[in-house]
Amino acid sequence: MSDNGDYIIVAENVNKTYPNGVKALRDVSLKVKKGEVVVIIGASGSGKTTFLRTINQLETVDSGKIIVEGVDVTDPKTNLTKIRADIGMVFQHFNVFPHLTVLENVMLAQILVRKRKKEEARQIAMEFLTKVGIADKKDEYPTNLSGGQKQRVAIARALAMHPKIMLFDEATSALDPEMVGGILDIMKQLAREGKTMVVVTHEMGFAREAADRIVYMDSGKIIEMGTPEEIFNNPKTDRLKQFLSQIL
Amino acid sequence: MRRKRHTLLWNLAFVLVLVGIGFFIYKSSLKINYSWNWRAVPSYLVYKAQKEIDSPVRGTVESVENNKVIIKTLKGKVLTVKVENPTLRKGAVVDVGDEIGYNTSYKPGPLLMGLYMTIKVSVVSIIMALVIGLITGLMRISENPLFKNLSTVYIELVRGTPLLVQIFIVYFFIGTLFGMTRFIAGAFALAVFEGAYIAEIIRAGIQSIPRGQTEASLALGMNYFQIMRYIIIPQAFKRVLPALAGQFISLIKDSSLLSVISLTELTKAGREIVSSTFSPFEVWFTVALLYFIVTYSLSLLDRYLERRLAGDE
Repeated sequence: MSDNGDYIIVAENVNKTYPNGVKALRDVSLKVKKGEVVVIIGASGSGKTTFLRTINQLETVDSGKIIVEGVDVTDPKTNLTKIRADIGMVFQHFNVFPHLTVLENVMLAQILVRKRKKEEARQIAMEFLTKVGIADKKDEYPTNLSGGQKQRVAIARALAMHPKIMLFDEATSALDPEMVGGILDIMKQLAREGKTMVVVTHEMGFAREAADRIVYMDSGKIIEMGTPEEIFNNPKTDRLKQFLSQIL
Repeated sequence: MRRKRHTLLWNLAFVLVLVGIGFFIYKSSLKINYSWNWRAVPSYLVYKAQKEIDSPVRGTVESVENNKVIIKTLKGKVLTVKVENPTLRKGAVVDVGDEIGYNTSYKPGPLLMGLYMTIKVSVVSIIMALVIGLITGLMRISENPLFKNLSTVYIELVRGTPLLVQIFIVYFFIGTLFGMTRFIAGAFALAVFEGAYIAEIIRAGIQSIPRGQTEASLALGMNYFQIMRYIIIPQAFKRVLPALAGQFISLIKDSSLLSVISLTELTKAGREIVSSTFSPFEVWFTVALLYFIVTYSLSLLDRYLERRLAGDE
């Protein structure tokens, strides 16, 4: 594993078939360096979300290995709660906790998982709520927030855990068009700050601007991988060319 | 404006129908030649008890005042005894243990005592039923076959047999084995029965919480217990509150069946009064009203809680 020393995520030959027989992942291998921003693109059903979810084991794999920070998360003996706390995740449908206020949403896991004192958790929560621009809503319940505001809370909730990796699963797909820009700005800022990020998105503008590397997936396989320049200006495969022509 | 007048009209009709039904019941009861005796009913709830006060010494009554009797012993000692209602006059000679008067106090009558027992057994039973229901509900959605099957067998058995039979089994079989008192056996039997229904309510509540809530919690590094305790159950509880309240109301009503194992709760108390006074109509109407007061208070409480909890969703 010494040759993997620089990599914070190493996925090797990951395979997954859903119970209904659909092959979601076929021999997916990907290495992500510390501080790298990897954007996964592809049509719906290409397996990009499934792959993202295997990184923190919300989705199990049938075969292959995924090593995060030197820990094999696919090993059944691994204590997942510990490694998951180091992997922040932002979902398409926000998944904020409706029965807790904005502040409580961001504090809860800090107290339960990171074992922080209430006061410390509150300070850290306020720091990140300010960062995502929603500190003034700290005492509101999520039902009184717009989609964009909910997603900001979800991002602050993940960041407050001080994760080493951030996963974004189509974080802007469920938002009204006027909300998308604000969330993408936050993600770009995180990228600039050197956070390790794996981002599944349909926002090609974001991919072009913020990605260090772009991964194109189709029918559960990685078809092409490269810098934004290589992917957008010099696509090698016909499938990628066709995909880009459809969405650009 | 016109709409308002219509609702008023229909509300009036509602009252008229109620009055009509009441009148019909009254008229019918006249036909069967039943002599109503409502006057005795309050004493089944609260009655005035007399407590005899005896003289502690031998002597002569010196004086009788409003609330006390002063007795002079043969040796010349003067003693004051507090009595609310003295029955002796001045100059009377008393011996030790002779009645010198009585005190009155209000005591709960048999129906109120029965109501108290009904509430007590229901509260104990509700707490047990909640615990049983919560554990079984969680077992039911577990992927472990042992837990899943155990809870399924329990729920099916309980739902497939009559409560009355279960009460007999718990009291005569399990109660005898473990030396349970009537009260414990009764509360336990009710809890086992209602617990099965509560388990299903809780299962449905938990399953109604979107999968994303669990996923977000898992992604934050929370464990199963934390997710249930802090994320799923608080949300599920709010959703199932009306169903739970309904189940609690059922439990209170079902507690009347405990009269078969001679637990003197409200129904048993009613039966005892009827057998000694032969006024079944008044007693059973009163018993019904007492049950209704308890269950209706509970449903008002439920409505209040629902409104309070509605704030954040």
